[in-house]
Amino acid sequence: MNVTRGFTGRPRVRNAALPPGQYDAGDDWPVLSAEVTPELTPAEWSLRIDGLVEEPRGWSWEEAHELPGSVYEGDIHCVTSWSKFGVRFGGVSLDAFLHMVRPHVSATHAVAYSHTGYTTSLPLADLTGGRAWIAWEYDGRPLAAEHGGPARLLVPHLYFWKSAKWIAGLRILDHDEPGFWEQNGYHARGNPWEEQRYRGD
Amino acid sequence: MTEAAETFTPPTRFAVPGRIAVSEQAAAVWQTATITQVRRETPHAATFRLAVPGWAGHLPGQHLMLRLTAEDGYVAQRHYSIASAPDDSGHIELTLDHVEGGEVSGWFHTVAEPGDTVEVRGPLSGFFAWPGDRPALLVGAGSGVVPLMSMVRHHRARGLDVPLRLLVSARGPEELIYAREYGAETTPVFTRRAPEGVPVGRMAAAHVAPLLAEQPPGGWEAYVCGSNGFAEHASRLLVAAGQPVHRIRIERFG
Ligand SMILES: Cc1cc2nc3c(=O)[nH]c(=O)nc-3n(C[C@H](O)[C@H](O)[C@H](O)COP(=O)(O)OP(=O)(O)OC[C@H]3O[C@@H](n4cnc5c(N)ncnc54)[C@H](O)[C@@H]3O)c2cc1C
Repeated sequence: MNVTRGFTGRPRVRNAALPPGQYDAGDDWPVLSAEVTPELTPAEWSLRIDGLVEEPRGWSWEEAHELPGSVYEGDIHCVTSWSKFGVRFGGVSLDAFLHMVRPHVSATHAVAYSHTGYTTSLPLADLTGGRAWIAWEYDGRPLAAEHGGPARLLVPHLYFWKSAKWIAGLRILDHDEPGFWEQNGYHARGNPWEEQRYRGD
Repeated sequence: MTEAAETFTPPTRFAVPGRIAVSEQAAAVWQTATITQVRRETPHAATFRLAVPGWAGHLPGQHLMLRLTAEDGYVAQRHYSIASAPDDSGHIELTLDHVEGGEVSGWFHTVAEPGDTVEVRGPLSGFFAWPGDRPALLVGAGSGVVPLMSMVRHHRARGLDVPLRLLVSARGPEELIYAREYGAETTPVFTRRAPEGVPVGRMAAAHVAPLLAEQPPGGWEAYVCGSNGFAEHASRLLVAAGQPVHRIRIERFG
């Protein structure tokens, strides 16, 4: 341990819900995106899933909203060290979309991409089993553009750079293909509980 | 070729600049850095010079992760942009704003002195980096000028002749970080207080328009850095003035 002289840190209460190295951002919701926030209306938004699937297809805003709704209530964690407790997102479970395209048995990974061109790569297992959403509501209101509205991917059990804002599609693959931050030195999986921040963690 | 064997191309040209590679090794290893000098920049900002013997080198615009450890094992980690130009001095510089109630910047501004050690990891993220090969239009506010200054210093140190312009916003002249170092490439914008004869007000279309009017052949790569509010405002000004969205890189300090 490399103790820093005179550093005590803030008085803190041990919080078992906080992954290592994270702090509670409280009411703040920092914005961290590398691109210009796109002005994308629901009418212009669409989602496409293709690659190693039986039936590649796309959904318009209306078509996506016809699927059964699903809510995530819980915490989110950003690699830049803030966590946010008790957030509530509304949308549709990604399982509902994947069920319709039927990934091949050989499928293992996905690249999620945004209407801006941002990409992030994920193991398929992290996107199934009720752990990922296409979300368009936050706290009962339409998701703000700077937070990824009209719709973003939501994978709350991984660092938030995996939850691609302005989600445009998923390409299903049989190998890992690093996305934007993954190519920039970030970890392939990004599990906050194991502090998988950067490649090599 | 099967679909899965193709390399996936995102639907726009906004992508990682292929010309910049990030060292896996450097991003993964924590190194001990020793503070060798502290320089006051403004009442709220100071520059900390660090000796990092194993520093792998960086590109202007990159940042690092810094961590402080308390005696009970508590750790605080924050991102800081690198202020110095790449060189072979074995040192790098960081410029920190004193954030009110800030855990890490508070330690730097009230405790740290030469001889103290901290840990760093990096450099990280090639996205915001500028290797000096393309005309660059830099737009920053507050401590957001830090990674941009690394670019300006690099430009000078190497005597590069690729065009470079810096538009920097501060509340007043006394809060303008690196004020003494700016040259003809820089236009300061003062939002609250300005010297006699200089207008006061936030960055506007009128500041951006002339820079886009005198565009170099091939156009600018734009780099925007500051708080999220500033980044949203400045990037919209650039888009409105005609800068293509996929040639605007943004670093948001939160
Ligand atoms: C890529 C990147 C590059 C950056 N580069 C720079 C740079 O070059 N220079 C620079 O100055 N900054 C930079 N930053 C910002 C920097 O990372 C820190 O956010 C900043 O220094 C504040 O950290 P801190 O520990 O001092 O404050 P924090 O302790 O994080 O506090 C920040 C604010 O939140 C409040 N707060 C947070 N947690 C708590 C809590 N538990 N209890 C009470 N209040 C709390 C504080 O009161 C304060 O107002 C950069 C950020 C990024 C993402």
